[in-house]
Amino acid sequence: MTLLGLLECEPSHGYDLKRDYDTFFSRGKPLPFGQVYATLGRLARDGKIVIGEVEPGVGPERKRYVITERGATEVESWLTEPVEAEPNLQTVLFTKVVLALMLDRPAEEYLDRQRAAHLRRMKELTEIRRGGDLVDTMLADHGLFHLEADLHWIDTTVARLDALRKVVRR
Amino acid sequence: MKAIEAREVHLSFGETPALRGASVAVAPGEIVAIMGPSGSGKTTLLHCLAGILVPDAGEIHFDGRRIDTLNEHQRSVLRRDQFGFVFQFGQLVPELTAEENVALPLLLSGVKRAAALEQARPWFERLGLAGLQRRRSGELSGGQAQRVALARGLVARPGALFADEPTGALDSLTGEQVMDLLVASAREQGTTVVLVTHEARVAAYADRQVIVRDGKVNALVHS
Repeated sequence: MTLLGLLECEPSHGYDLKRDYDTFFSRGKPLPFGQVYATLGRLARDGKIVIGEVEPGVGPERKRYVITERGATEVESWLTEPVEAEPNLQTVLFTKVVLALMLDRPAEEYLDRQRAAHLRRMKELTEIRRGGDLVDTMLADHGLFHLEADLHWIDTTVARLDALRKVVRR
Repeated sequence: MKAIEAREVHLSFGETPALRGASVAVAPGEIVAIMGPSGSGKTTLLHCLAGILVPDAGEIHFDGRRIDTLNEHQRSVLRRDQFGFVFQFGQLVPELTAEENVALPLLLSGVKRAAALEQARPWFERLGLAGLQRRRSGELSGGQAQRVALARGLVARPGALFADEPTGALDSLTGEQVMDLLVASAREQGTTVVLVTHEARVAAYADRQVIVRDGKVNALVHS
């Protein structure tokens, strides 16, 4: 979808698309050329892009890809659809906490370890945002806010452990 | 080597225990965040470390010297000459200009006015406050006032800076600017920092975090 979105900005070649993707979205994991062309082939097959003019060059011919009306509609609906909320971490942690209480294990200690792991990651992201450009900063912010939300949940859960213990050990 | 240390500190307010055997050690130049729920004793611990409160039992050491046995006057001199402070609300003196506020610790230590202001001025450029030297606190935004408070906390090159919720009154972006400057300035001067915060994003700026819970320091959490 990202490549399709980049093509809505302007018609582009595979090489330029990869470069733009790596600049803004890959964050240390460059997109393989093979994946770029496989994706473009699939988008063309599905009628979301077409191959425009072909430019001869020193190397292989450069195909310029152009988004279609159908492709643009798909980008539009993808952009307007909210991303699914991800309660996965809480679910795993919640399960651990409840099981720890059921098994009379130190749930608070487990949560403290999780808090330490979260804080370590937040420190890494803070270093990235302090030394990085605006794109790095915004991506680090996204991670930081999510981790912070998890920490709020951990803090609240620690405060509720005694009450939760009574509920799960009835 | 420890710059600041609390050993088994106990302190009660009337019948209510605030600290119940709290121990923590901070290395020279280290930035440590004290976290914990409301009422856990984190600010009380900070005040003990900074010589503001005297524990009922236990010891506080700064730079190899025991400070909880000093009398009120000696602790006052220690705070004035060795420590810097930043609080949640900048607590600038409203009658003074921003540069006079920054120069205040130097003036209180006996530095002549012209020399104190001379030392205060470079902080305005450093903290992005150029042109605001003559403003009074009522004419500064929250973020500007907090940066002035930060400059005041560091201007005398203290051995330790104690910060209690230094971004608590600021929005997230302004708070991060203040923390960026606090960390950069403290590192530049080699100042040891003890920071109390309930915000994980602020604590993430520290080298290490400790949690105070029920008046004790939880040593599990470290980076």
